[in-house]
Amino acid sequence: MTTESTAHVAHHFDTAEQQQKAATFGMWVFLITEIMMFGGLFTAYIVYRWMYPDAFAEASHHLDTQLGALNTAVLLASSLTMALAVRASQLGEKKQLIRRLLLTIALGSVFLGVKAYEYAHKFEEGLVPGAFFRFDGPHAHHAELFFSLYFGMTGLHAVHMIIGVGILGTLTWMAARNRFSPAYYTPVEIGGLYWHFVDLVWIYLFPLLYLLGRHG
Amino acid sequence: MSDHVSSKGLLYSIFLALIALTALTVWAAYQDFGAFNTVVAMAIATFKAVLVVVFFMEMRFGQPLSWAAAITGILFFALLVGLTMSDILTRNLLGIPGS
Repeated sequence: MTTESTAHVAHHFDTAEQQQKAATFGMWVFLITEIMMFGGLFTAYIVYRWMYPDAFAEASHHLDTQLGALNTAVLLASSLTMALAVRASQLGEKKQLIRRLLLTIALGSVFLGVKAYEYAHKFEEGLVPGAFFRFDGPHAHHAELFFSLYFGMTGLHAVHMIIGVGILGTLTWMAARNRFSPAYYTPVEIGGLYWHFVDLVWIYLFPLLYLLGRHG
Repeated sequence: MSDHVSSKGLLYSIFLALIALTALTVWAAYQDFGAFNTVVAMAIATFKAVLVVVFFMEMRFGQPLSWAAAITGILFFALLVGLTMSDILTRNLLGIPGS
């Protein structure tokens, strides 16, 4: 155990280690609820894709695979910078921590920018479900279902990204005010778990939405 | 407290592996594996997910309670999909309306 200051340990914990373990466990419990929230949408996707496989494959061709792949790479890079930020906080490297948190924010913003560009394009093409939905072919009605799920799933994901950027901003501010040390970096670690979870969701969204029925 | 620190080299290697797997999944999407295209895509995605959980989320140093939470999440999602699909897949099994 550390001999450093234990001022950050709340009175209901025996040790700093116990407090950190409780915080990490609490975050994982929260992530279960996140799995279930996205899980409902994934289940809806599985059911409707099972019922209308041709419409889903056809509708998926209207998504830009290159932009999807680019955004996947951007998000994976942001997970790398986040993991490096956690490492910096563990080692007490304040400058590196702030630089890597800002880099993660920048990469997250690039992802959201590309997403906004894609959404705008979908509005122009008339692929947004509702009164102005335009889709040629016999599967138009069920293609609309695919786009409802596309906007629902990527939209919920984007909301998580926006919240994530807010969390990272708060962490940067706390780091600048010397709130972290090798003895106490739990907020950075917990924020990292959240950011990586958002990355995990996209790892599944990318093939399920963008890469459907590309062969043949 | 900081007895579990991942080396920079390891983190960069995991990132490169994730990028390579992304390229692989795009390539695989354009190949015709018949009914197995989705299986291949989900297998690659799950392998990527495991890399992220074990190395980036540092579950390799994780306490048993965190593992229990993560596995509980997966289990309940499997229940949700499993029970839903057991209904969808067995509808009209007997060819009699309402059975």
